[in-house]
Amino acid sequence: METVTITMKNAPALYLEADTITPDAFAGKNAAQIAELPVFEGNIPSTLGKYFEVSGNAGATAADTKIVIKGDTKKVKYIGFKMTAGEVVIESDADQYVGAWMTGGKLTAKGNVDAFAATAMKGGEMIIEGNAGNYLGAAYRGDWRGMSGGKIVVQGNAGSDIGMYMLGGEIVVNGDVDVHALTHAEGGKLVVKGNAKSKLGGQMVEGTIIVFGSIEVMMPGFKPNGEVELDVDGTKAKFAHFIGDMGERHKKKKGAIVYGNLYKKI
Amino acid sequence: MSEYIIKNGHVFDPVQGIKGDKKDICIKDGKIVDKVGSSAKVIDAKDKTVMAGAVEIHAHVAGPKVNLGRIYRPEDKLFSCTPTKGKERMGGGASIPTTFKTGYEYAKMGFGVAMEAAMPPLFSRHVHEEIRDTPIIDEGAFPVFGNNWFVLEYLKNHEIENTAAYCAWLLNVTKGYALKVVNPGGTEAWGWGLNCLTVNDPVPYFDITPAEIVRGLMEANEYLGLPHSVHIHPNNLGNPGCYETTLDTLKLTEGLKAKNKFGREQVLHLTHTQFHSYGGTNWGDFESKAKEVTDYVNKNKNITIDTGNVTLDETTTMTADGPFEHHLTGLNHLKWANVDVELETAAGVVPYIYSPSISVCAIQWAIGLEIALMMKDPMRCYITTDHPNAGPFTRYPRVYKWLMSEKARKQQIESFKHKDKVLSQTSLGTLDREISLYELAQMTRAGPAKSLGLAAMCGGLKPGMDADVAIYNINPDKPVANPDDIEKAFSRCAVFFKSGVQVVSNGEIVATGNKRTLWVNVKTKENPQVARDINEKFVKYYSMTQANYEALGHHFVPNPYAIEVDATN
Repeated sequence: METVTITMKNAPALYLEADTITPDAFAGKNAAQIAELPVFEGNIPSTLGKYFEVSGNAGATAADTKIVIKGDTKKVKYIGFKMTAGEVVIESDADQYVGAWMTGGKLTAKGNVDAFAATAMKGGEMIIEGNAGNYLGAAYRGDWRGMSGGKIVVQGNAGSDIGMYMLGGEIVVNGDVDVHALTHAEGGKLVVKGNAKSKLGGQMVEGTIIVFGSIEVMMPGFKPNGEVELDVDGTKAKFAHFIGDMGERHKKKKGAIVYGNLYKKI
Repeated sequence: MSEYIIKNGHVFDPVQGIKGDKKDICIKDGKIVDKVGSSAKVIDAKDKTVMAGAVEIHAHVAGPKVNLGRIYRPEDKLFSCTPTKGKERMGGGASIPTTFKTGYEYAKMGFGVAMEAAMPPLFSRHVHEEIRDTPIIDEGAFPVFGNNWFVLEYLKNHEIENTAAYCAWLLNVTKGYALKVVNPGGTEAWGWGLNCLTVNDPVPYFDITPAEIVRGLMEANEYLGLPHSVHIHPNNLGNPGCYETTLDTLKLTEGLKAKNKFGREQVLHLTHTQFHSYGGTNWGDFESKAKEVTDYVNKNKNITIDTGNVTLDETTTMTADGPFEHHLTGLNHLKWANVDVELETAAGVVPYIYSPSISVCAIQWAIGLEIALMMKDPMRCYITTDHPNAGPFTRYPRVYKWLMSEKARKQQIESFKHKDKVLSQTSLGTLDREISLYELAQMTRAGPAKSLGLAAMCGGLKPGMDADVAIYNINPDKPVANPDDIEKAFSRCAVFFKSGVQVVSNGEIVATGNKRTLWVNVKTKENPQVARDINEKFVKYYSMTQANYEALGHHFVPNPYAIEVDATN
C-alpha cells in the first residue's frame, strides 16, 4: 500500500469542500497530479494544492492507497466522501460529511468530526477517536435510507440524531449520546457504553439499541419485555428488554410481528 | 428574423404524410415557409431525421404540488445538480427538476410545447410564475374541475349552460387551457375521509355521481367548443381490477360528438392509461387489461389516450387524487404530503421506486408498452410518463427505444427478477410490433397537437405552422445496430428550432428563445346567475377575495398566446 501525506499549509478562510480527498480520487496519481484535484473554497473553485502540501504517490487502485492528513483540518468537509476502499487517517479534527456515502475501506479520525459523518454509509470501517457530531450514520436530509452497512466506533461522545433511518450496520459509542438516536430506524445496531438522553429509538420499526449507562427519559412507546443476559463486545451482563416503538407501524416476518429492541443494562 | 433552410434531412411529418423522404424545410420569421432567399443560413441534415417539435400532452411540471415535491425531497437534488454553463442557468433535481432544468431538458429532446396537467385554480398564480420561469418551451396548464363545488352543484341539476359559463370564467381568470378532471368526486369525498371508486359512488353531501360529473363536463366542453376535450384521470387509479371503472368512464362518451373549430375529433382524453388498465383482485394476481381498454378505444373514435409508461426509476408521485396518495403511502411507507385546496381540489405527494426486482413494477412497465403497441391509430395514442408519476420525462428516449425495438424489450424482460410473471400476467412477450419513426412522429407530434386543438400551429412542418423543428442523429436508411442508439439520439437532438430560433446545437442550449404561455380565452353570453354564485362563494367560503384570485398581467403571464373561442351563440 502506498501512502500519500497531505499537510495543511494555507488554511482556507472559508470552509473547504474537499470531496476529492479519497483513495478513489487519488488512485493512480502522483503528488503533482493530486495537488491539481479540484476543491471548492466556499463557492470558489480551487485546487487541493493551494491548501495542502502533498507528498508521496498514490497506489494504482483505491485499495492500494492510504491517505494521511496532517495539520488543522477543522474547516475541511467531505474527507473520504464515497470512498470504496483503501485507508484515510485524519490526524486532527475535521468538519462535516467525513466518510459520507462510503462503501468500503477504513477511515480513522484521531480528533473530532462534525455533523453528518458516515451519512448513508454502506460499508467499511470508521473509527473516531474523539467525539462525533450530530447525524452520525444518518440518512441525508429528506431521505429514508440511512446507514445500511459497515461499522462505526466512536471513542468519545456522539451528538444528536445519530443513526436516523438506520437500516443496517453497527455504531458503537463508548461515551454518551445526545437526543434522538436511531429515530425511524428499520435495522442496524447501536451500542452506547455511556448514557443516553431522551427520544431514544423514536418511531423505530426494527433494529437494536443497547445502553450500558442511564436513559434520561424513556420513550413512552417502548414496552417492558422481561430481562435477558447479553454478551456485548465481550461484556456479559443482565439487561432489561423493551420493545417498540409501539406507536409506529409493525412489520411481519414469517408471521411474527417485528419490533425495535432496546436493552438497558441493569 | 433570420431565414434558415434545412437541407438533405429525412423528414417525418404526419401532417403532410411525409415518411422519411428527403425534403428541404424552410424557416422564416418564426414560421415554416415554402421557400427562403439565397442568403438563408443552410443547415445540413444529411443522414439525419427531421421532425416537428414534440408536443407534451400531460406532465406535472409547474405549480404548488410540483414545488411541494421539490421542497420535501431534497434528496432528489442530491448529486443531480448542474452548474451554470453557457446560456444555461444552474439546475437540479432528477424526478422533479427545477423550472430551468425542465425547460432545458425538454428542449434538448426536441420538445416545443408542454402542458401542465393539473392546475389548482386557487394557485394559478403560482403555476404561472413557474411556467414563466421555465425557459424555451411553450406551456399551457389545465385547471382541475372534477371536484369543484360550482361544477358539482350545477351538474347535480344538469345545468350545462351554467357549468359552461363557470368553466369559461375559470379558464379566463386562471389563464387555463383545458378542462382537467382528476378522480371525479373522489377527491372531494376525500375531504370526508372517503373516496369514489366506481362511476356510480355518490359524492358525500353533493349527492352526485362521478358519471354525472364527467358526462356533464364533456357536454359543457362541447357547448363551449374548446380546443381540447375533457382530459380525464378516472376514478380508482392504480388498483387491481380498476380497468372496469376505466371502461365505465369511457362508455360515458357514447353518443357524444366533438364540436369545435380546431379539428379536434375526440370528446374525452384518457390520461396515463397504464395506471387504469389493471386486472386481478390483489397484488398477487395483478394482471394486464391493456387489451380490454385498447379494444374499446380502438373502436371508439371519439376518445384519445396517453400511455403513462413506467420507466423503472426512483421518482416522485404527485396527483390531485388525494385519496390515492394516502393509499400509496400505506403501501410503501414513504413520506406523504397532502394539501386540501378549499372548494376546488386536493393534492398528495409520495416518493416511489419502480424497482425492476418487484413483480408489480415490472408488470406496470409491460402494461404501458402494451397499450402503445395495441393502439391501432398512433394519431390517438400519445407517449407520456405522466411525469413524474410513472417516471421522469427525461426518460422518454428510453420509452421510445422500448417501443421501437423488440430486441430492447426482450433484453429488459430477460433482466427482470420475476420475468415469468411479467410474461404470464401481460401479453407483451407476444407483441412483435415496432413503432416506426413515422408512427413516433404521430404519437409525439401530430397526434397530441391535434388532440389539444393545436393542429394548425404545431406538431407538423407544413408551411404556415410555427417553426418548431428538431433534427436527430438517426439515419433511417440504416438499420439500428444497437437499440441504445435510439435512446441516445432522442436524448439530445443535433439541432432544435423553437419558433424559428435555434435553441439547441449538438445537444447544448445555445439560446433561450421566446417562451409563451398558451391559454384559452372563451367569450360567453353574460350569465348573471353564475356571476352572482361566484361572488357569493368568495364572500362566504374562499380564504381570499375574488380580486386577488386572477392570474393577471405581466408578472404572471409575460408572453401570453391566447386561443380565442367565441361561445356567445
